[in-house]
Amino acid sequence: MSLDNYLYLSAILFTIGAVGVVVRRNAIVVFMCVELMLNAANLTLVTFSRINGSLDGQVIAFFTMVVAACEVVVGLAIIVTIYRSRRSASIDDASLLKR
Amino acid sequence: MVTNSGLIYLIALPLFGALSLLLLGRRADKWGHLLATAMSASAFGVGLFQLSEMLNREAESRPVTQKLFSWISVGTFNVDASLLLDQLSICFVLLITGVGTLIHIYSISYMSHDPDRRRFFAYLNLFIAAMLLLVLGDSYLNLYVGWEGVGLASYLLIGFWNQKAAYATASKKAFVMNRIGDMGLSFAIMIAFASLGTVSFSGVKEHAHHASEATMTAIGIMLLVAAVGKSAQFPLQAWLGDAMAGPTPVSALIHAATMVTAGVYLIVRSNFVFDAAPTAQLLVVIVGAITLMFGALVGTAKDDIKKALAASTMSQIGYMILGAGLGPAGYAFAIMHLLTHGFFKAGMFLGAGSVMHGMNDEVNMRRYGGLRKFMPITFITFGLGYLAIIGVPPFAGFYSKDMIIETALNAGGAKGIILGSVALLGAAITAFYMTRVMILTFTSSKRWDDNQHPHESPILMWLPMAILAIGSVTSGFLLSRGETLKHWLEPLFEEHGEHTELLPPIVVSGLALLMVAIGVAIAVIKYQLSEVDAVAPEDVTVFTRIARRDLLQDDINEALFMRPGQALTSALVKVDQSVVDGAVHGMGKMALSSGSVLRKSQTGFVRSYAVLILIGAAALIAAIWVVTK
Repeated sequence: MSLDNYLYLSAILFTIGAVGVVVRRNAIVVFMCVELMLNAANLTLVTFSRINGSLDGQVIAFFTMVVAACEVVVGLAIIVTIYRSRRSASIDDASLLKR
Repeated sequence: MVTNSGLIYLIALPLFGALSLLLLGRRADKWGHLLATAMSASAFGVGLFQLSEMLNREAESRPVTQKLFSWISVGTFNVDASLLLDQLSICFVLLITGVGTLIHIYSISYMSHDPDRRRFFAYLNLFIAAMLLLVLGDSYLNLYVGWEGVGLASYLLIGFWNQKAAYATASKKAFVMNRIGDMGLSFAIMIAFASLGTVSFSGVKEHAHHASEATMTAIGIMLLVAAVGKSAQFPLQAWLGDAMAGPTPVSALIHAATMVTAGVYLIVRSNFVFDAAPTAQLLVVIVGAITLMFGALVGTAKDDIKKALAASTMSQIGYMILGAGLGPAGYAFAIMHLLTHGFFKAGMFLGAGSVMHGMNDEVNMRRYGGLRKFMPITFITFGLGYLAIIGVPPFAGFYSKDMIIETALNAGGAKGIILGSVALLGAAITAFYMTRVMILTFTSSKRWDDNQHPHESPILMWLPMAILAIGSVTSGFLLSRGETLKHWLEPLFEEHGEHTELLPPIVVSGLALLMVAIGVAIAVIKYQLSEVDAVAPEDVTVFTRIARRDLLQDDINEALFMRPGQALTSALVKVDQSVVDGAVHGMGKMALSSGSVLRKSQTGFVRSYAVLILIGAAALIAAIWVVTK
């Protein structure tokens, strides 16, 4: 099996994630789509690492995972706080920065 | 050159007086005038001491200097703040402090009812200090400091009663017109610095011979501009008449005896410049000749006694400038006329002040008349000054003015004949207008109301007048006997070779006296033997009208400079408002309007930002792909 298929898969996953971020309103779903995009990127890195026979990509993938874990912690905390104060998890409701 | 550490006291004493009176304020009200007078008198004492020291030395070692401190030291350019007292400056030092002290004494009484007498004396002392710095500076830069100082003192004193708007305007006018002259002096200094590399008198004198004539002419013309501004010469003469707004002692000290003669001092001091620049020298005599006629003509039409005397001052300084422009032959006579004029004109101004004092500050001579009986001392002292100014022998003006007329006639060729005739004609007109002042004030029939009570002034006022009158009688004889002043000043000037004589001196004197007699006779017929109107007649010829309007000097200045200047400034204001402010405000408006357009893209919805980020990232990748393909 060609390694290219992994790239196609990660492209598909990334697209799904991106579309999800743009079209969905629920903050949790948007958040999961962001995770999907991050993991698609990870898959790409690992694939290229395999293709090139270098471990650099895998190292970076680990870093991405660490960042993603931190991001989950902070992001979920924000979402929970917003939900508590506004009784809604819709990101369109949280548009106060405009004013 | 001999150094002398005593020169600084000449300036320091009056400066101390001025500063303490100004800084102590109301606390010094009771004794301020006494301190100021004492300071001026002690400066006079220092001057006399310096004179006696100077007389004990040989002619070539008479000048003394004192270095105060090193002022500017840049590379090879060095200017020290140092003082120079030589044969020329000592004349001025004694005139300034001597006449100055007399006027201080006079002012004690004259200003006794003024609530601001202390401030007046502070300014007088400031003036004395600045004027002494002017004549003692050993370089043009030091002179410039004093030059500006006397301008400031003059401004402050003309506007002393600045609660009257007209007086405040007069002081501003004097200040602004003086500024034009000051600009000339600063240009002269800059040219000397740029082309000769030095601004000291001795340095410029050394370079005078081998510098190009164009440079010397440029410096000379700029110095002439300076002299013209300070000495109220044509075409910057318009401020002097209005300067009479100041208290009368100020008119006597600053605007008759000392400050206005600073221009003559500058030209005589810069004799080496003018000797090396014939064109500039010619301009000097032209300015002098025009002004002596100008002032004399204005003097014939003025009814205000102080303005008539001011016009006369202008005319007499015209004589001095004329003398100074005649080169080595005339310098000493210019200075001699300056000194004698200092006596008789200051005396006459004080006399005018005394008359005003007795007549409730009335200045219109048409409202005087017959004051001889009521003010005998004023009449006699004023009369002696009058005989001196019109040039009757043996009074002072005869010697000095006669010498200038004679030198002018002997200047050679058509120039000599023209200048000589102008000077002679000026003498006739001087005799006419001064006789007019005399008759209108003292001898004609009474034209004042019965509620006026003319009376003689107190001793503090008439004593200075009497001393100045003695000076008016004797100074000319003393200074010209054995050519004392000429020999005294000789070491300062270049020798002049040929000495032509158009007419023998006795004939010149005779001609001058004849002109004087004609002038006096016309005035006597016109004013003494016929009735004088108490109100100036309106049905007069166009010439009288023009002369009453100061030969249209203000109209010309207003039409040529003031209105175009105002138009220029208002145009510039418009440019400023529309172009400069327009650009600045336009920038602000542009930022505001573009901001309000761009603000619409900031919706506040996270998803729209996400789309933009996505599009941006896609565009970036596409761009990289296109570039690297």
